[in-house]
Amino acid sequence: MLEADNLECLRGDNRLFAGLGFTLAPGELIYLQGRNGAGKTSLLRMLIGLLPPESGDIRWQGESIGKQRDEYHAALCYLGHHNAIKEELTPLENFHHAARFAGQDMDEDAALDALAQVGLAGREDLPCRYLSQGQKRRVALARLVVDRRPLWVLDEPFVALDVAAVDWLAQIISAHLQRGGMAIMTTHQAVEIPAGAVRELRIG
Amino acid sequence: MLKIIFSVIARDLQLAMRRQADIVSALFFFVIVVSLFPLGIGPETDLLRKLAPGVLWVAALLATMLSLPRLFADDHRDGTLEQLALSPYPLGLIVTGKTIAHWLVSGLPLALIAPILGVQFDLAADALWVLTLTILIGTPALSGIGAIGAALTLGLRGGGVLLSLLVLPLYIPVLIFGAGAVEATVSGLGGDGHLSLLAAMTTAAIGFAPWASAAALKIALE
Repeated sequence: MLEADNLECLRGDNRLFAGLGFTLAPGELIYLQGRNGAGKTSLLRMLIGLLPPESGDIRWQGESIGKQRDEYHAALCYLGHHNAIKEELTPLENFHHAARFAGQDMDEDAALDALAQVGLAGREDLPCRYLSQGQKRRVALARLVVDRRPLWVLDEPFVALDVAAVDWLAQIISAHLQRGGMAIMTTHQAVEIPAGAVRELRIG
Repeated sequence: MLKIIFSVIARDLQLAMRRQADIVSALFFFVIVVSLFPLGIGPETDLLRKLAPGVLWVAALLATMLSLPRLFADDHRDGTLEQLALSPYPLGLIVTGKTIAHWLVSGLPLALIAPILGVQFDLAADALWVLTLTILIGTPALSGIGAIGAALTLGLRGGGVLLSLLVLPLYIPVLIFGAGAVEATVSGLGGDGHLSLLAAMTTAAIGFAPWASAAALKIALE
């Protein structure tokens, strides 16, 4: 369970939000809403521990995330604005490196299967610089197919995806929630997540 | 623990192999700068022998500097650095891996080509050997210290110049003892003391510098 308590965010002299709190229980999804510049990405970066909050506390399984960095990171999957893929490497190689850095062992078949699911079958060995923007996003999203870590933090996951891929991703997120996973994400698109308890959190 | 270091080294070497132009350009820079001196000074072997250690070492410092700005910048730009910082392993270990990979790509080739360049300065066999050894032992310290500078200037405008201003003064001890070892050997004093100090600096740099770089990276990611 992820709990945020009385969070405050300052960017320069600007107070983006204060007194923000919520709990995220297994099987729940939080849709983070807010206008541009409201601090959605800042909040997500606080939740993953990259941005220390001005005040307030974030707890994972009852303990502050600062005190259990390694354990928390092992339970956390973050997908940011950037795809974190290398243009010089192929989708398969990118997939392997990402899994290793996340401390997971990856077998070849699972990786190929995940890439096939995101519609990159036949392009596994093509350097990523030859892929389109949407395809690069798919390479990054392929990790979610095999990711079994309980907490997903997704920043605009639907950007650059076509209609079919948006549906596919919604299914993947539903399956994650049904397994007892948790997710928090920002999006400007109205996407229907078929399963799990979906809540909205509006900031700004 | 070692697994993550090897994973990072393997990835960085794979990336370096895909864009060999970077390695080759730093190496050619080193070769050209060093070769200009004998051409400019002329065939005065006594003078060249005296200049050799300093020239080779200064060129090695500058060649190492060339690849430093990209050490973290590429990973920062495409979001990989965030993922690395969110890895369940300590960021210091990951930076250790990146530092070792940087040395394998930028320092090791310099050491391998140094004896050939030393011949242009009419260095004797034992001096050539010590020169190679100093560059081999000293360049990991350059990568380690340089990584701190690269991490501190990450994401800054005009970071390249600032990086040189930050890092080059810190390279001075390595330069003094690296070039000093060769001079001591040439003059018959023996360079063992210099080499030991150089090895100590490298050990300290590889052991501690990555953790300082990791702290700087965390600030850059906020």
